[in-house]
Amino acid sequence: MTASRSLRTAPGAIALGAVGLLIAGAIAGLVWEAGADWAGAADAFDAYLFRVARFTLWQAILSTVLSVIPGILVARALARQADFPGRAVIVWLFGVPLALPAIVVALGVLALLGRAGIFADALTALTGDSWPGIYGLSGILVAHVFFNMPLAARLFLEALNAVPADHRRLEAQLGIGPISAFRLIEWPAIRAALPGVAMLIFMLCVTSFTIVLILGGGPRATTLEVAIYQALRFDFDPARAVTLTFIQLVLTAAIVIAAARLGASLSGEAFVSVSSARGIAARGGERLLNVLVLLLGLVFVAGPMTAIVVAGLRADLTRLAGEASVQGAVATSLILAIAAAVFSVILSLSLVSARRALELRRGTRRPGLFETSTDQGAALVLVVPPIVIGAGWFILLRHTGSVFAAAPFMVVAVNAVMAMPFAMRAIRPAYDSASARHERLAAQLDIRGWARLRLIDWPPLRRPLATAFAFAMALSLGDLGVIALFGSENVQTLPYLLLQRMGAYRTHDAAGLALMLGALCFALMMIADWLSRRNA
Amino acid sequence: MSGANIQCRAVRFSRAGMEFTFDFSVDASDIVAVMGPSGSGKSTLLDLIAGFETPQSGAIRIGNADVAQLPPAQRPVSMVFQENNLFGHLDVFSNVALGRSPSLKLDDEDRADVHEAIERVGLAGKDKRLPPALSGGERQRVALARVLVRDRPVLLLDEPFASLGPALRREMVELVQALHAERGMTVLMATHHPDDAERLATRMIYVEEGAVAAQGPAAEFFGEDAPDAFQRYLGSERRG
Repeated sequence: MTASRSLRTAPGAIALGAVGLLIAGAIAGLVWEAGADWAGAADAFDAYLFRVARFTLWQAILSTVLSVIPGILVARALARQADFPGRAVIVWLFGVPLALPAIVVALGVLALLGRAGIFADALTALTGDSWPGIYGLSGILVAHVFFNMPLAARLFLEALNAVPADHRRLEAQLGIGPISAFRLIEWPAIRAALPGVAMLIFMLCVTSFTIVLILGGGPRATTLEVAIYQALRFDFDPARAVTLTFIQLVLTAAIVIAAARLGASLSGEAFVSVSSARGIAARGGERLLNVLVLLLGLVFVAGPMTAIVVAGLRADLTRLAGEASVQGAVATSLILAIAAAVFSVILSLSLVSARRALELRRGTRRPGLFETSTDQGAALVLVVPPIVIGAGWFILLRHTGSVFAAAPFMVVAVNAVMAMPFAMRAIRPAYDSASARHERLAAQLDIRGWARLRLIDWPPLRRPLATAFAFAMALSLGDLGVIALFGSENVQTLPYLLLQRMGAYRTHDAAGLALMLGALCFALMMIADWLSRRNA
Repeated sequence: MSGANIQCRAVRFSRAGMEFTFDFSVDASDIVAVMGPSGSGKSTLLDLIAGFETPQSGAIRIGNADVAQLPPAQRPVSMVFQENNLFGHLDVFSNVALGRSPSLKLDDEDRADVHEAIERVGLAGKDKRLPPALSGGERQRVALARVLVRDRPVLLLDEPFASLGPALRREMVELVQALHAERGMTVLMATHHPDDAERLATRMIYVEEGAVAAQGPAAEFFGEDAPDAFQRYLGSERRG
């Protein structure tokens, strides 16, 4: 009995240890550096740092406001115009940005609004000046809103769909008009969801790295994460990086604590199940307005996506696919992403099963520290963003002289841990409900260990595990965080190669690579979504 | 105000593979209990009269005007559901006042009417309470107060007291009786409880498999000469 007990909790303990080691190593690197060069770290508290910190907050606040308010309008229009012919398409399309890597979206925005973008000529004619391209704050905002407005709209639509059907019936019976309906019925539902949605988006924008790296420019449009990257890769100023990292940690920790107070979930819902509840079909002037809002939202979200495809097809895709460096990057990306996904799923499953075993063992007593850690441990990743982990290890490994050799391990480890909150969310409900059904029977028949995993746990877990795997793989494939720090001639992933081609002004190549990367991640996300639906 | 008569003529409606056919009439100011097994079509019948469902064919006349195609707000009908009759973030006063003005624009007379209605249902002094601070019975009283300020000739009750205990249910039935004595509106109440029906109703409609299987005076339904189908239903309910 003791053996079977530890068999179920030992992997969880090891998984926690692995996550802890990854984070502790990063912190150790930072603390060591701070101790070695205390004056340098203190000197980094200068005007530049405050400007960067202020810009980080400012762009995140603007992005949040610009995502949330239109998100509310679109969600309301979706809820009140159930008869709109393109409604299902819009709801589906609004799920797509989340499946696209940030670097692909950044390129899409540039392909549309950049100096040589599709709209450049029109904008030149309109403004009278030669269009300078959408860099800096406005570019960052467009990309952030592209990601987060649809997310907000879907989350608010879910909140609106949760309004009791009887309230909608009352609205119809009492003849409550659209303005009163918003005030009396819809706004309360939205207000309840608002803090959580706003916090989630604010956090995503504060820790947004790739978008700011590509669309931001110069010291006037740099966030903390990009400044950390620049301090390490270009200025080689570890003392400054330590200070920046410290500020970033304080900031994210403050947001996570505030979100926990508000009861907001920061791991987000990758695929919100937006039911097509028998909705309202507004008429007359309101219908006109709703249709207008929906069309505007549709154009805004479809624009960059179309631009990615159009610009990508203009590239010489066959030549690109034949290039050795591209083939190498694709192979490296796939190997690293598969490894990251395997680790992510194993770590998550270990924590989920240890948590459940501990829960069963304690009965009605309060959960202990170990169980709480298995439950919440993955959330630590939210406080310590990938760039921070990468920066810590970068500084630590610098002393060993083999920073770039560590690239594959760092990418796999950080991406695996980064995907854990999502993977656990996919696995845990299925595991717990299967456990509730099978636990006593398995105990009675004495099915343990490997046999239990194979016979009892595997069949109901196959699909959720596959969902988690596909999701983690897509996340890792598209990630340009750790690899931006650790990448080199020897280890190049697809996003890293993309960044290099952009840096060398090979715009067509970059667009072609973006299309490949986007299509790959999109396909994986669709598989994950499809598996999770079949599962439900 | 008094009640209006209701006539359903060859009303056909189908949803999710279920077929409903209703053909019956109710006299003005009657109190009718609608009974029948779960899923037989009691709620659908009320939804059709209230306008939450639109029949594929047939006529629904209330006070001799065909309302079958009108939206719910334009029908001379108020309906009380089993729950969710109130907006949880609005106080009692506002919830009742919505029956007078859906945008809560009230003049002094409206306000007086709302206060009077709240007093009439026995909730004097609770105007400022929020629904979560009320008991289940009190919440349904608020819904009835709103019925009073709306003042429509037909009142539909869809198992409104199903989640209340027996003593509370009896109180609520008595309140409906008293309100009916004052206003004389036509009342249709779907219920699972034969004693509620017996205590309140003057007439009975028994629904089975999407159609009215029997109807008549309540005294007959609860006496020796009850229709067979209704007796079978009561027997099965009491055994179950």
